[in-house]
Amino acid sequence: MATSPPPSLSLTRRQILKGGAALGLGSAASGLTPAWANPWGQSNLYPQGVVDGPEIALDIRRRNLPINGREARPICINGTSPGPLLRLKEGQDAVLRVTNLLDEPTSIHWHGLILPTEMDGVPGISFAGIGPGETFTYRFPVCQHGTYWYHSHSGLQEQLGHAGPLIIDAAEREPFRYDREHVLLLTDWSFEDPASIFRNLKTGEGYYNYQERTIADFLADVRENGFKETAQMRAMWAQMRMSSRDIADVTGSTYTYLLNGHAPGENWTALFKPGERIRLRVINGSAMSYFDVRIPGLKMTVVAADGQPVQPVPVDEFRIGVAETYDVLVAPEADTAYTLFAEAMDRSGYARGTLAPRLGMVASIPERRRIADRGMEAMGAHGGMDHANMGGMNHSSMSDMDHSGMSRMDHSTMADMGEASSSGAEAGAMLPAGAAQPGSQYDHAGIGFDPGERRVLLYSDLKSFLPWPDRREPERELELHLTGNMERYMWSFDGKKFSEVSGPIHFRKDERLRLILINDTMMEHPIHLHGMWMELENGAGELIPRKHTINVKPGERISALITADAEGSWAFHCHLLYHMDAGMFRVVKVS
Amino acid sequence: MNTRNVLMVTCSFLTMLTMTGVYAEDGYDAPDDWPSPMEEHLLGSVLIDRLEYAVPDKGEKALVWDFQAWYGGDINRLYLKSEGENVQGDGEDAEFESLDLLYSRLINDFWELQGGIGYQGGIASDDHPERYFGVIALQGLAPYRIETDIALRVSDEGDVSASFEAEHDLRLTQRLFLQPRTELVVAGSEVEEFGVGEGLNSIRAGLRLRYEITRKFAPYIGGYWEKRYSGTADLAQVQGDPTEDTGVVAGVRLMF
Repeated sequence: MATSPPPSLSLTRRQILKGGAALGLGSAASGLTPAWANPWGQSNLYPQGVVDGPEIALDIRRRNLPINGREARPICINGTSPGPLLRLKEGQDAVLRVTNLLDEPTSIHWHGLILPTEMDGVPGISFAGIGPGETFTYRFPVCQHGTYWYHSHSGLQEQLGHAGPLIIDAAEREPFRYDREHVLLLTDWSFEDPASIFRNLKTGEGYYNYQERTIADFLADVRENGFKETAQMRAMWAQMRMSSRDIADVTGSTYTYLLNGHAPGENWTALFKPGERIRLRVINGSAMSYFDVRIPGLKMTVVAADGQPVQPVPVDEFRIGVAETYDVLVAPEADTAYTLFAEAMDRSGYARGTLAPRLGMVASIPERRRIADRGMEAMGAHGGMDHANMGGMNHSSMSDMDHSGMSRMDHSTMADMGEASSSGAEAGAMLPAGAAQPGSQYDHAGIGFDPGERRVLLYSDLKSFLPWPDRREPERELELHLTGNMERYMWSFDGKKFSEVSGPIHFRKDERLRLILINDTMMEHPIHLHGMWMELENGAGELIPRKHTINVKPGERISALITADAEGSWAFHCHLLYHMDAGMFRVVKVS
Repeated sequence: MNTRNVLMVTCSFLTMLTMTGVYAEDGYDAPDDWPSPMEEHLLGSVLIDRLEYAVPDKGEKALVWDFQAWYGGDINRLYLKSEGENVQGDGEDAEFESLDLLYSRLINDFWELQGGIGYQGGIASDDHPERYFGVIALQGLAPYRIETDIALRVSDEGDVSASFEAEHDLRLTQRLFLQPRTELVVAGSEVEEFGVGEGLNSIRAGLRLRYEITRKFAPYIGGYWEKRYSGTADLAQVQGDPTEDTGVVAGVRLMF
């Protein structure tokens, strides 16, 4: 049943934390912070109020609610933003009544859930949307478990905080144990109106980027690599009219990065008892921001990706693309505090909290890394370079660039040239199910990591806990290019914005399909398919992991197997909110 | 080309603009009363690239503007561009050296082809002679990030002229920019009334140092050099205007 939000309490956050701690309950804090963000988290020992299924009532409205101590007016779900934690159980029939108290249409999409198309919550594809004053009842059987989230699929509402965590408890015991769990929902809040953010992106290229290269960077590179090589490298970028610092479109210059609704300075704290094993359910519910998550001093063991159990991978850090979720286990032994650190991919800011045995503790906050420069792979992706040029480049001139880019170069050029990829990609022969495409970069963590520094999760690490049921080889391949024009902020598939295509992408009912995605842009894109899993062909053979959202790096060619068993029309899009709004969106029709 | 022709061309461009505003069909079987899952919205922008007070070495002080505004989608847009000045203390109203209404179409990633009607004169004032143009322009970002605007004009008297403008932003810090800028005008025939000689008319080169307090509000200071050539220089001399001059400017760049 739904917890009704208490009337707005004029308590400071500290008072609330104290109160919450004294009671050992989270519900007292729900005036300003979602109940699930209680410091004690979720466990058998420390129960707290959450919105438990299977019958849940939610109301959506705009409400004055301070964010980072500043006046803000987010879209709230049952009075909080981010919204309440919805807790369902595998095997239930969920009934979610959503009442729209906004003065515009809204919707809720249950991200990552397998359900009938009319319950998917995408206005214009699944249903008409929820008009002002209307209530829509979502009903669907819950046939999976794990960590998911929900968010608006109407316009740019997601940027206004219209999102929350959705946890589904497993019907059977999961393949790992833990004593306590915490949800870590990462979001990016701006005090600017989302429509004006979009307009700024459209009208001023690099509008939010205050980490561009300057004369000083040029001189530093000249000192390090000599004038000739530096000038050559910069000339290539200038010739393409691109910026090698184009890592994020919207940055910390307007965003306040939030952990469970709290800014870094507010130090949201998750409690544990030394010796406990803690499950952290990490959700990237942001509109535009990739995060690199680590807890200095603690090894994290990744046990699930996008809600799906994977074979345990111990890591020091992982990158979470927009809309992805990861479950990690940590086991702090010491009676000390640890910083939960989620650094934005472009290093323009971070979300932060603390994992501590008691409230009021802090650990040191890591220094932010410098923004990386994109390298050859991004240039190659854009196609702005001829190969002769690329071969002629001296490798040492790349020492100022992202390290991973260097080793990645071979792969992307291979894909570009085609000739080196003799492994059956040519002559029409299809690779066997589960094999990695030439041009994939699953063994690279991505831009901005120093591979020697710490162990970062790779897509090639992800191995499904058990093989997924459909073991058929793909019957056909479908290739889509991720395309864009940065100067105009136009984003598309195969060079066509949603407004320019006529007709959906067609999947035959029950076919086994290989979707190949080729990123021709110099940005990462988290690609999300509604209604069906994508089994990421990362080379793990029969243990390929399945995902609802796949990060495709610049210049990368990736593939996923899909069992087209979900009849109806489904959304398929880049989950960067403004990319989607700019046209990187398609309808997939299964019939 | 006379004024009527120019207007007709402009009108047909405008018709094209409205037609391309109709979006492709969604092509899947959603009921008619459902919204489109992704709405595309038309946008508009105003950039006052230069709004400056110019203090020349020899000539008269002047308030100078250079702005462009557009409205439309990603491919098709309607532009209003103008450059002009109000010479201080001459008792005359401001002169619009150009005021162009152009249909613009994106022809590749970085370039827009534009066409429409142009005006030169004092608008409501009789202080300056007036003429109309048919204008074709190519505006965009050249390699090495050089903002470029090339325009070809045919006046209502059939006089042909062309202008070339280029500017580049050199980033000194995240907010401080050094902007070299150059402008070159040529004409096919002499038009005495407007001080236009045949051949190369003038070259202007400037350097401005801009500080972006925000992306939308950036004050600057700078200097420029300009020179008039051949017939244009002769006409200037007759008017008592200098043929070569330098000056300093202070102004602001604004975006709305």
